[in-house]
Amino acid sequence: MEILINNLIQSGAFGKDPPLDLVAALVVFVLSAVVFLGVAFPFAGIVTWVERRVWARIQSRIGPNRVGPNGVLQFLADGIKHICKEDIIPDESDPRLFKLAPYLVILAFVLPWAVMPFSQDLILADMNVGILYMTAITALTVVGVLMAGWASNDKWSLIGGIRSAAQIVSYEIPAGLAIFPVVLMTGSLSMQSIIKAQGWAPIDWFVFANPFSFVAANIMFISLLAEGNRTPFDLPEAESELVAGFATEYSGMRYVFFFMAEWGNTFILGAIMATLFLGGWQFPHLTENRVAMNVLQLITFNLKVLGVVFVAMWIRGTLPRVRIDQLMSLCWKYFVPISFACIVGTAVWVAIWPNGAPLVPWAMFGLGAAVGVVFLQRVVYYVRRSHMELYFKPII
Amino acid sequence: MGEVAAYIKNVTDAVSSIFEGMAVTASHFVRKPYTVQYPDRMPVRVQDTLPFRYRGILEVDLEICTGCLACERACPIDCIVIVVDKDPQTKQMLMSQFDIDIAKCMFCGLCSEPCPTGSIHHTTEFEGADFSLESLIRRFITEPVIAYKPKKGPETDARIAPILNRGMRYIEEFAQPGDKPADEPAADKSA
Repeated sequence: MEILINNLIQSGAFGKDPPLDLVAALVVFVLSAVVFLGVAFPFAGIVTWVERRVWARIQSRIGPNRVGPNGVLQFLADGIKHICKEDIIPDESDPRLFKLAPYLVILAFVLPWAVMPFSQDLILADMNVGILYMTAITALTVVGVLMAGWASNDKWSLIGGIRSAAQIVSYEIPAGLAIFPVVLMTGSLSMQSIIKAQGWAPIDWFVFANPFSFVAANIMFISLLAEGNRTPFDLPEAESELVAGFATEYSGMRYVFFFMAEWGNTFILGAIMATLFLGGWQFPHLTENRVAMNVLQLITFNLKVLGVVFVAMWIRGTLPRVRIDQLMSLCWKYFVPISFACIVGTAVWVAIWPNGAPLVPWAMFGLGAAVGVVFLQRVVYYVRRSHMELYFKPII
Repeated sequence: MGEVAAYIKNVTDAVSSIFEGMAVTASHFVRKPYTVQYPDRMPVRVQDTLPFRYRGILEVDLEICTGCLACERACPIDCIVIVVDKDPQTKQMLMSQFDIDIAKCMFCGLCSEPCPTGSIHHTTEFEGADFSLESLIRRFITEPVIAYKPKKGPETDARIAPILNRGMRYIEEFAQPGDKPADEPAADKSA
C-alpha cells in the first residue's frame, strides 16, 4: 500500500508538493471503500439467493435456479427489475423524509463494515470502542425505519415503523448487556483484542468459557435477530397484518435499499456473534508467512459468519412469527433479567478464576457436543418418520 | 406452581420446543424436494404420461375422415366448420375445409363420440397458449382432399390400417372407459 502511494506521488498524480497525509488518507479511504463495498453489496445480494434456497429446501421446494448457474444471479435480475420500476412518492407524504429514510437504513448497514475484523491485519479501523460502535451504528436503522413509517403518512407504515422502533429499542438492551460478559473477560471493547483473547480451538472460545457466557451468547443471537427484523421477530413488516409495514409505500430502488440493508445485516449479525463468542478469525499458527496467515484467517472468519447466517436462515424457515406482546415479554421479562444475571455471574466467575476456570471449557464443550448428538438423533427420527429416501445434494 | 417454577418452565418449554422444531426442519435438508420443474426440466414430457383418453386439444386424422359431418352437428358451440362437396366428375366426396376453433372448444368430447372411424379425437397435447385468437383456429385442410370411404371387412391399405385401428380403439374405449378390454360386458359398469 505505501509503495503504491509513494509511486503515485512521485509520478506527479497529485501535482507538485501534495499534502502527503491527505493524499495517503485519500488513497486508503478510496481503496478500502471500493473493496469493502464491493464485498458488502454483492454479499447482500447473494445472501438473498442463499436464503431463498435454504427456505425452499425446508419447504420441499427447489427455489430460484434459473438465472445464472443454479440461480446465483437471481439478485441481479431482481435488482434490474426494481431499477426499471416507477419511483412513486405519495402525494400526502413528506417527500424529504420519505426520500431520506432508505439512505439512513443503508448507512446503518455500510458503517459497521469499518470495524469488521476480517483478519489480524485486515480491518479498516481497530477502534478501542469497536463493539460499542457496532451496536450503536446498527441501531441507526431504527431512525430510518421510523422515518419511513412516519413520512409515508399511511397507517400500515406508521404501525410498522412504531413497532420496529419499540422492538429495536427494547432489544438493544439485552444485546448490549450480553456484550458485558465478554468485556468482563477481555477487559476491552476493541474487536481485535476481543478476538485475540480467544483461541482457535472451540474450547478457547468465549461461548464455552463459562455457563454465563453461553447463555449470553444465545441471548445475543436472538436479540440480534430481533434487531435485524428477522423472523420470528419480523413484526414491523408482518405482511399478513401490515402489508409490508414501513415499506408499504416504497417502490423501485428505494424499496430495494430497505431489503438490501436487511439482508446485508445478516452478515453483521454473524460478524458480531463470531467476534464476541466464536473466536473470530483465530486460526492455528501454521505458517510464518503473514499474507498466507491473513488469507487463512479471512476464510475462517467468513466461514464462521456464514455458519451463523445459515442458522439465522434456518430459524427463519422454522419458527412462526411471535405476537407483539410475546415479543415484549420475551425481551423485558426474560432476556433483560437473565442477561443481568449473566453479568453478575461472569463478574463473580472472573473474580474467582481470573484466567479462566480449569476444565470448565472442556465440560461445556462436551455438553454442547452431547446436545448436538441428541439433536442429530431427533433429525434421524424425523427423517425415518417421513419414509422418504435420503438426498444429500445441497444444490439441485 | 410457584411463579419461579412457572418462569423456569416457560424457559425450558421454549428451548425444548424450538429444539424439536429445528430438528423437523433440519430433516428436510436431507429430503428430496417435491418440485416438478415443468416444462423444460422434466425427465418425461407430461403429454407422454397422460392417459390415451385424455381430453386435450382436438385433432383430425384426415386419412380416415368420412366427411359425414356428425362432429359438426354434435358440437354444442359450433366450433367445428366442415365444407364437403360432391365432385361432379368422379362422384367422390371432396372436403375443402375442416377448421376447429380451439379458442371456443370446451373439450366436452361430444364430437368424438359420434365419429364412425375415430378420426376426430382429443390428443394429450394441452399447451395451446398463443399470441392471437386467429392462430388458435386449427385449419386441417389446406388443399381439397377426398373423404375416406369405409370398406367392408378389414382395411387393406398398409398406410391407413394403423390409423384406423387407433381410431376404432379410441371409440371403443369411449364406450367403455377404463383399463378393461372393450369386449367385456358393460353390465357391471351400472353398479
